[in-house]
Amino acid sequence: MAILTVNNVSKHFAAQTALNKVSIEVPPQSIFGLLGPNGAGKTTLIRIINQITGPDEGEVLLENQKLKPDHVYSIGYLPEERGLYKKMAVGEQALYLAQLKGMSHHDALEKLKLWFRKFEIESWWGKKVEELSKGMQQKVQFIVTVVHEPKLLIFDEPFSGFDPINVNLLKDEILELRRKGATVIFSTHNMASVEELCDNIALINKANKILDGSVKEIKKRNRTNTFELHYRDFEGDLRSVLNEKFTLVSDSRDDGLHTAVVKLPMDAGPNDLLAGMMPYTTITSLSEIIPSMNDIFINTVNSFNGGDPNDLLNN
Amino acid sequence: MNKILLIIRREYLTRVRKRSFIVMTILGPILMAAIFVIPIYFATMQDEKRVINVVDETGLFISKFSNTDNYNFIPQYTDLETAKKTLKQTEGYALLYIPRTELNVPTQAMIYSDKQPSLNLKNYISGVMNRELEKQKLAAEIRNQIRMINPGYNAVADTAADNLMSETILKNIKTDVNILTYTIEEGGAEKKSFTEINMIVGMVASIMIYMFIFMFGSQLMRGVIEEKTNRIVEVIVSSVKPFQLMLGKIIGVALVGLTQFLLWVVFTTILVGAFQQTFPDKFKAPAAQQQFVTGQQMQPQAIADETTANLKVETGNETANQIFEAIASINFPVMIVSFIFFFIGGYLLYGALFAAIGSAVDNEADTQQFMLPVTVPLILAIVMMQYVINNPEGPLSWWLSMIPFTSPVIMMIRIPFGVPYWELALSAVLLIAGFLATTWLAAKIYRTGILMYGKKVNYAELWKWIRYKG
Repeated sequence: MAILTVNNVSKHFAAQTALNKVSIEVPPQSIFGLLGPNGAGKTTLIRIINQITGPDEGEVLLENQKLKPDHVYSIGYLPEERGLYKKMAVGEQALYLAQLKGMSHHDALEKLKLWFRKFEIESWWGKKVEELSKGMQQKVQFIVTVVHEPKLLIFDEPFSGFDPINVNLLKDEILELRRKGATVIFSTHNMASVEELCDNIALINKANKILDGSVKEIKKRNRTNTFELHYRDFEGDLRSVLNEKFTLVSDSRDDGLHTAVVKLPMDAGPNDLLAGMMPYTTITSLSEIIPSMNDIFINTVNSFNGGDPNDLLNN
Repeated sequence: MNKILLIIRREYLTRVRKRSFIVMTILGPILMAAIFVIPIYFATMQDEKRVINVVDETGLFISKFSNTDNYNFIPQYTDLETAKKTLKQTEGYALLYIPRTELNVPTQAMIYSDKQPSLNLKNYISGVMNRELEKQKLAAEIRNQIRMINPGYNAVADTAADNLMSETILKNIKTDVNILTYTIEEGGAEKKSFTEINMIVGMVASIMIYMFIFMFGSQLMRGVIEEKTNRIVEVIVSSVKPFQLMLGKIIGVALVGLTQFLLWVVFTTILVGAFQQTFPDKFKAPAAQQQFVTGQQMQPQAIADETTANLKVETGNETANQIFEAIASINFPVMIVSFIFFFIGGYLLYGALFAAIGSAVDNEADTQQFMLPVTVPLILAIVMMQYVINNPEGPLSWWLSMIPFTSPVIMMIRIPFGVPYWELALSAVLLIAGFLATTWLAAKIYRTGILMYGKKVNYAELWKWIRYKG
């Protein structure tokens, strides 16, 4: 059973379509990556889930219930365009935002104190926001997003503005939140963090969902049967010893360590490659090249747009 | 706790704690007191006396110019050219030259001066000359009448006609007509009305409403822009509806305005009270004289019997008395209730529009193009104020006091002159309908505008936003 179900949601702005019959399912207690190029419609979808705007068609279900006003208390949202009142004191502001999320003054105060202690920022309570650095403000912003302990958390580019140490702190917090039972929707352009954190993803491009599924499964599906092997004791043309159905993608020879990348046809396996080469060379290692999310992202988007999938492969 | 209340509370508290609010609260009453005190101060300041040389070829007026606080008249018994030279040498202010004419009825005079002489001086001179000429003509007419009755009458030898014109008699027949106006009420009762006081009370009330709308409307607009540029707005609208946020802001700022206004009233009262304590003689109410003066008004001919000195004193008292009577004649419950209603109603009507403008732009500089249509009706109302004072019952005044965009300012001018209750009610209903309509329209612009960054917005774009659904 999914905690969040988006069913055939469409949204149009005057002449422009922001979402075209998009459906996603987010399983509970998972981290879901919502990916896509700039302007694909991710923010519109997130705003619909947050009831900031309504869909033109389709419906959104939270725990099998159509979205209703009370659901905002079950969602925590960290927008990409985020900020705080500059002239307002940090603690007062955090209290205000927590109360807007339905917490009582007493509960909010108690929980906020805990979080401030955890992040070691208790001394900022009375300071004005404009006195804090950008990274410090982001920490406060993160706290006010999660303080009301929502079931569903939506982070839009959560790591922007953080230094690497704080990025790790934040990643740990996100994983901790999932462990405690929260579900996280995570929108980012940072594919490394997607591979690291996400269980499932959906890829949106030009208002359409063009790919979705679990990260593992997607990676498996996008395998190209390409292998990298290290070998030595062979100085001739590698092509001459390879089966003619195999494609030599690259072959470099530095300092006696030779590295080749070979793409095999679908009916062949690594054993065929080894069997063909062993009579001529000494093979020191062989490994499959599994496509990164980055490559999958670029390839999928480009082939959808009708471009050459290899154009941006090495960006 | 209701979310709108939370928003109102935040808007209110952050604003009243601002230094600018505290400064304005203290400075406001001082400025207001200054408006009353400074003119009095300047009025009591003595102008330097100016010397006017007079060459009177007719000899009729030369003795009639008495020195005033501002001017000294010095007769010159020379011809014009010499007098002009003398003027330069003695550094006099101006030279008044009255030429002799054939019929000995001079109707013109010249003022020579190196600067444009003041209107005051011209009025004074023409006043003196007119009075003197009227007197001469009157005396000549009396002589003619006597000659007709008695043909043997020797006009030259008789001084009776001149005696008739003696200063005392002239002063006694001089009158200053004071028109008292009464409004006949439905029951047939007559009520004294006081146009000038009504005018001032109405003007002060409507200018205050005008200022309040502009001051707090633009404060609200800056608040909306601030939320947009701080990028906090998306965080907030994920918790509350944009409409709730807008309404909370509008009401919060309105309460700040009311607080400021009430504090001003309190501080001004304290200041005036302190002033009264320090200079008690300036505030003496002529209560003791009241009955006497009123009695006199009943029989105007009695005034003529009084000595000049007495008359003067009573005229002064009567003016003060009338001010008190006038203030007492205004229907204060209606005035205060209407003031508060139009004060709030006008602000709500325009406040919603100011909020919508704030939501559509990224910074204050971009507000110009949208401000114009909002400020034009307000400025029109202020421009039409003079007209409405002159014709409080005219059709244009009536319509301006009904149209919600001008009614808060215009109705306040009309109320002291007396407005039927049904007109007040109609205007109030229209104003409520008006602000509901602008709030509805503004909400549609607002909910799209606050989430729109880095886009130059024009009217076509706004129209598109209004038509978006959900």
